[in-house]
Amino acid sequence: MTTPALSAPAPHLHAGPSTRALMLTVAACLAPAAAWGALVLGPAALLVLAGAVGASLLGELAIAGLAWRRWTLGDGSALLTGLLVGCSLPASVPLFIPIVAAAFAVAVVKLSFGGLGRNWMNPALGGRLFVTFSWPVLAAAGGQPGPGWLRVSPGLSDGSLLGGSGALGAVSTLLLVLGGAWLLTRRIAAWEIPAAFAAAFALPVWALAGLPAGEGVFRGDLLPALTSGSFALAALFMATDPVTTPKGRAARLAFGAGCGALSFLLRVYGGRPEAPFLAVAFMNMFVPLLERLGRPAGKGGR
Amino acid sequence: MSEDFPRVLWRDNPLLISLAGLCPALAVSYRLSNALLLGAAMLFALLGTGIACGLAERVLPPKFRLSVRLLVASALVAVCARFLSAYAPALAAGLGLYLPLLAVNCLLLYPTGGRPLGEAILEAMGRGAAFAAVLALTALVREVLGAGTVTLFPIGSFPGVWRIPGLTPARVLVAAPGALLVLGYLSALARRQGRGRS
Repeated sequence: MTTPALSAPAPHLHAGPSTRALMLTVAACLAPAAAWGALVLGPAALLVLAGAVGASLLGELAIAGLAWRRWTLGDGSALLTGLLVGCSLPASVPLFIPIVAAAFAVAVVKLSFGGLGRNWMNPALGGRLFVTFSWPVLAAAGGQPGPGWLRVSPGLSDGSLLGGSGALGAVSTLLLVLGGAWLLTRRIAAWEIPAAFAAAFALPVWALAGLPAGEGVFRGDLLPALTSGSFALAALFMATDPVTTPKGRAARLAFGAGCGALSFLLRVYGGRPEAPFLAVAFMNMFVPLLERLGRPAGKGGR
Repeated sequence: MSEDFPRVLWRDNPLLISLAGLCPALAVSYRLSNALLLGAAMLFALLGTGIACGLAERVLPPKFRLSVRLLVASALVAVCARFLSAYAPALAAGLGLYLPLLAVNCLLLYPTGGRPLGEAILEAMGRGAAFAAVLALTALVREVLGAGTVTLFPIGSFPGVWRIPGLTPARVLVAAPGALLVLGYLSALARRQGRGRS
């Protein structure tokens, strides 16, 4: 964005971080997890990442740049979107899937609504879910695509501390959590959302997830649920996108809690591995409503 | 009237601008044959309503206009629905509830006010044709991209379904979100076109 119109409420003080700096920081925090995924899963994962990032950048260049004469490629948002799309996909998908997902994310979910800041759904989530529902079989995790560079084979569960093979960016929950922690300490991500997300996800999992297996109340398997990579990716990187989340502490807590509760329902009763992504996309729609909950009071009282 | 057709097609398109008749359009436009059939039924009902009501309104007091239109439109749509379920049950089943529902949309699309008979009929036909055209276009896009087929009516040795080779269709487009996506983009295009000309 070149010179954004000043349309924020007072105070008009500016702390410094530009859109580009924020986007690049988030991308840098996500990069270790993506790199680890590529190392473990091999060249196929690298191809998926390259396809997603390339399609995202090209889409932004073609529509915002060539058609609208707004050269927004430099704000880093297209790069981050491509990276997030790539990270949220399994490495075993055919190459056209990350390309279509990233192109849909940028062209339909973001630019059709007026560009960065006007999109009501996280673009990367929109693209990811478009391919999930369009090609349910092709976009599903299909295991190890080929030998990785590290010669280790991750377990077939969705994420664990260092090796799992759901989404390629979610192979290592540890690296995702480290990146997310950096975002939280720099206050780029609001802590309320992941905190409420985790609490509202863990509590019902612990209390009720044992029921479908006939084990009774408070027997849910907490550890695999909380260390799942797609949960960490959604809670730390997707649910904290400043554009598509509410402002104000109460609204953020409610937003995170909604994400957590829906993730629980979709994961335990819907059996969907991408449940956290779906939950966040669903809660994105409620942001305008939630913002009425806790509108931040202006400085100096009301 | 001929220069008015582009206006009805783009700037006053019932589906794209006034968003009238969305319900059947969204529900039925997953297959081209359905859309063509529904468009034809709409045209037939509008034409019949136009002629019958145009003649009747010459002798009826204005306060009966709406009730007469309602009666005529629903009778014609019922005839249409019965005819189709008798002679083409498979096609009628594809349209389901949305065929009888056309009566409401027929009323919505029928031009208001006391116009001369010929003009009212032409206007009604134009709107019906615009509705049918947008419906067919939406269905074509959705079916080709979402199912990889083009479904027409089986005639002779032609089975009615033409499968496009080498395509991995995106299933979202034949599901409900696809209808909203395609119609949304068409609507945006029509609004843009209308803004440029007015």
